[in-house]
Amino acid sequence: MKQYLAYLPGSLLLIWVVLAVASLWLPLSPEHIALEHILQSPTLANGLGYDDLGRPVLDRLLLGARTSLAVAFAVMLISLVVGTVVGVLSAWWGGYADQLLMRITDIFLAFPGILLALALAGLLGPGILNVVIALSVVGWVGFARLARAQVLVVREREHLQAARALGSSQWRCLWQHVLPLIAAPLIVEATFAVSGLIVAEAGLSFLGLGVQPPASSWGSMLCDGARYLLVAPHLVVIPGLALMSIVLAVNLLGDQLRDRLDVKA
Amino acid sequence: MARIILNRLLGTLFVLFGVSLLVFLLIHLVPGDPVEVILGEQAQAADRESLRLALGLDKPMAVQWWEYMRGLLHADLGHSLYMHRPVSELLIERLPASAELALLSLLIAVMLALPLGLIAATQRGSGWDWLSSGFSLLGIAIPNFVFGPLLILLFSIWLGWLPVSGREQGLSIVLPALTLGTAMAAILSRMLRSSLLEVLGEDFVRSARARGLHPLRVLFRHALNNAMLPLITLLGLQLGGLLAGAVITETVFDWPGIGRLTIEAIQRRDYPLLQGCVLFISLVYVLINLLTDMTYRFIDPRIRVST
Repeated sequence: MKQYLAYLPGSLLLIWVVLAVASLWLPLSPEHIALEHILQSPTLANGLGYDDLGRPVLDRLLLGARTSLAVAFAVMLISLVVGTVVGVLSAWWGGYADQLLMRITDIFLAFPGILLALALAGLLGPGILNVVIALSVVGWVGFARLARAQVLVVREREHLQAARALGSSQWRCLWQHVLPLIAAPLIVEATFAVSGLIVAEAGLSFLGLGVQPPASSWGSMLCDGARYLLVAPHLVVIPGLALMSIVLAVNLLGDQLRDRLDVKA
Repeated sequence: MARIILNRLLGTLFVLFGVSLLVFLLIHLVPGDPVEVILGEQAQAADRESLRLALGLDKPMAVQWWEYMRGLLHADLGHSLYMHRPVSELLIERLPASAELALLSLLIAVMLALPLGLIAATQRGSGWDWLSSGFSLLGIAIPNFVFGPLLILLFSIWLGWLPVSGREQGLSIVLPALTLGTAMAAILSRMLRSSLLEVLGEDFVRSARARGLHPLRVLFRHALNNAMLPLITLLGLQLGGLLAGAVITETVFDWPGIGRLTIEAIQRRDYPLLQGCVLFISLVYVLINLLTDMTYRFIDPRIRVST
């Protein structure tokens, strides 16, 4: 039993990813308005019910999954790549460049992360691309700090001295001998970043800074649904459960990865 | 000790300078003309010109920056475009609501997290531990903008015990504080559990037990004291983050704090106000972090000596 339980978080995430990708080909009608169904609760006959405009909740939920996952993975990848490159080079070269970069990250870390993303998204104007930009501007800093700290630990290792003595170029050293050693903590961090980003995207969309109607995101569904709490609580409960399930799955997956890869918390 | 404090203060000053610069650049380097964004595309040329003058956008960037910095030193954050009042006045007006909410949330968080973390760590593997871990996992996974409406649904709509939103009634603060407090408690109790487990495995705890001290005395006098350090750091970070995290919660409950003001500034494209809000929240965040840092240096002699 227990060994099967361990697959649960991974499978749950996989299911959401498959649903989000499959939604590209499924015959969804998230913008179809059926006035006779307005605010209907979920039943066997009408799936997950209908929203305040009479649009099917299930279709919008799947569309929202696509938005959430696409934004989260895109921002995670951008932040991971930019942060790692900056952090690794900063530690590798050292000196003034390193000092300067660390002071810059200090300044970014002096903001509560979501506040900076919020202000930036607000200034750039609503839209999903702007959300990606805003979250990436904030997101790279954590990865840069982590990558730098890791490189400082492995920089003086003997296998690197050996590689250098054998005439490996600087880039070969970094790519072949440094990156594999620092990958594990970065992967764990990236996993937790995904759940944080899913919540952040939903939060920005909740505040009206993310996707614009008629497009759908779990955050905007929650925001619209909150106005009909009394008559149609399913409009809040369903996207809320979706959000919770995926964040829970990704966090548990992160815990498992951390134990498996033996990374210190 | 004095040198360390001085160093930390200088570092903080530098960070604050950087923060103010970044906020300035944020507003001025974001693509698009703020005047056009504020007035819309159909605005009259004369209106645009007068707004441009009012915002000081006609001057070179360096001059604008100089005036902005000089204003900051006099605690002058400019004027709100929409409400036609000094930004600092608006911030001070909203501060009590934010502070009240932050403090009550913190209280709820500590009162929830302490027993949960203690039970989970002392009865490791028991049903209580499972319950406490489950609470943390769920609390972290359910964002404020989901938990808040659910609380409204339960306590305001179904049970009718508490007001839905606003700040007119005394009980209005309960639901937003509960939303923020629970989310914080989830993180805190998890941290307390792991930190206590580590301390409970140390030699001095074993020898305290071997000396025949009462288990509760060992727990509270010996273990908890030492497990508190990471907790205080986290608490400081969280309290600072509360002001920012409250942006969404304050919106859910229509709580008239600084978070709500930030959102209003964004929605009305009130750039000077947004600038002021971001600066103010970051200032509080930086100062609270400085204070936490000082606190645990003060509490723990080991840190005082080693760095």
